[in-house]
Amino acid sequence: MRESVIMKIHYGTALASVALVAVHILFRLTQGFAESLQYESVIANYEFLPYAGMLEIILILLSIHGFNGLRVILLELKQGPTFEKSVSYGCIAAMALIILYGSRTIFMTSMGMV
Amino acid sequence: MTSEGLQISKEESGIIVSPTKTITLRIFRYNPKINNESKFDEFKIPYQRWTTVLDAILEVKKHLDHSIAVRYSCRQASCGSCGMKINGRPALACFTKISELNSDVITIEPMNNFPIIRDLAVGFERMFSTHKKIKPYIINEESEINPGTKEFLQTPEDVEKYIQFSSCIKCGLCNSACPTMATDSSFVGPQALAQAYRYVADNRDKGKDDRLKIIDDSHGIFRCHFAGSCSQVCPKGVDPAMGIQLLRGYLLGFRD
Ligand code: SF4
Ligand code: FES
Repeated sequence: MRESVIMKIHYGTALASVALVAVHILFRLTQGFAESLQYESVIANYEFLPYAGMLEIILILLSIHGFNGLRVILLELKQGPTFEKSVSYGCIAAMALIILYGSRTIFMTSMGMV
Repeated sequence: MTSEGLQISKEESGIIVSPTKTITLRIFRYNPKINNESKFDEFKIPYQRWTTVLDAILEVKKHLDHSIAVRYSCRQASCGSCGMKINGRPALACFTKISELNSDVITIEPMNNFPIIRDLAVGFERMFSTHKKIKPYIINEESEINPGTKEFLQTPEDVEKYIQFSSCIKCGLCNSACPTMATDSSFVGPQALAQAYRYVADNRDKGKDDRLKIIDDSHGIFRCHFAGSCSQVCPKGVDPAMGIQLLRGYLLGFRD
């Protein structure tokens, strides 16, 4: 993929994450910050499907943005074809794993499996 | 070398001396062919209000130590040969007056981010190869020298878009000041990026897509973090940082 396309995704995911994380924080504030972190309240949030959907989107956006950021930092630290390939594939794999693991948590909680 | 350093008597010096002013030059010495250790040698020389750092180094070479390696040619900020770090800041030695530095000791080192050949002389191979890579010439099938084709007329506004970037003398000070160049040995660098913009912005040129493709890779334009130090040190008033942002506009779809 061309670097400019990757960076458009990088900037886009940053902007979208800021917007959605702001909504997420506003939800916490409207419920009262301390109460909103109580076990029942957290479970209730996950079981409210639109909210669980938003958390899933935040998870995907931040994973893409974060792991691309990590790739960029590592590419600037050290160069070489083998290292650069490992960094690129390693970051994609780590991103996929985090998304899968996080999605599993969101899915199981919203389905009442915990 | 004594801690006092070597000293030129005022009569010996070719410079017409003021009776009171002398300066201590601390010159970086390193010769990889002899050993891997570097050191600073100190020299005291008299100077005048108009004496440049290059004049001072050449005085030292003439009277005290002819073995100092330094590259220079035009002595008037035109050839781009005499870039070095003067009191920690990349600058042209022939364009930096001692009297402007407001310091009794001047530390002179080779530019950062370039391999040292010896003492103050550095290798320019990487910069010249990235400069060549971006195709620093007008790409156009039609040519002013072909019979039957017209002159490529440009309005003052057309010229305004790129003219400051054509002042680049390839001195490498911008690359030396760039923090990304310090860690990323494959980064294309502000000098080449500013030249890519110079030709992309020229309406006689038809090589925009080619050039944008060249700088759009994992060690290309997006590795610039906009520190802006390239533009701060440029002795010719080129603003590579701005050129880079304008080029990014093409790649992100804000300009065409
Ligand atoms: S842009 Fe300025 S600092 Fe960089 S090489 Fe050209 S003249 Fe030197
Ligand atoms: S000697 Fe030519 S730029 Fe300094």
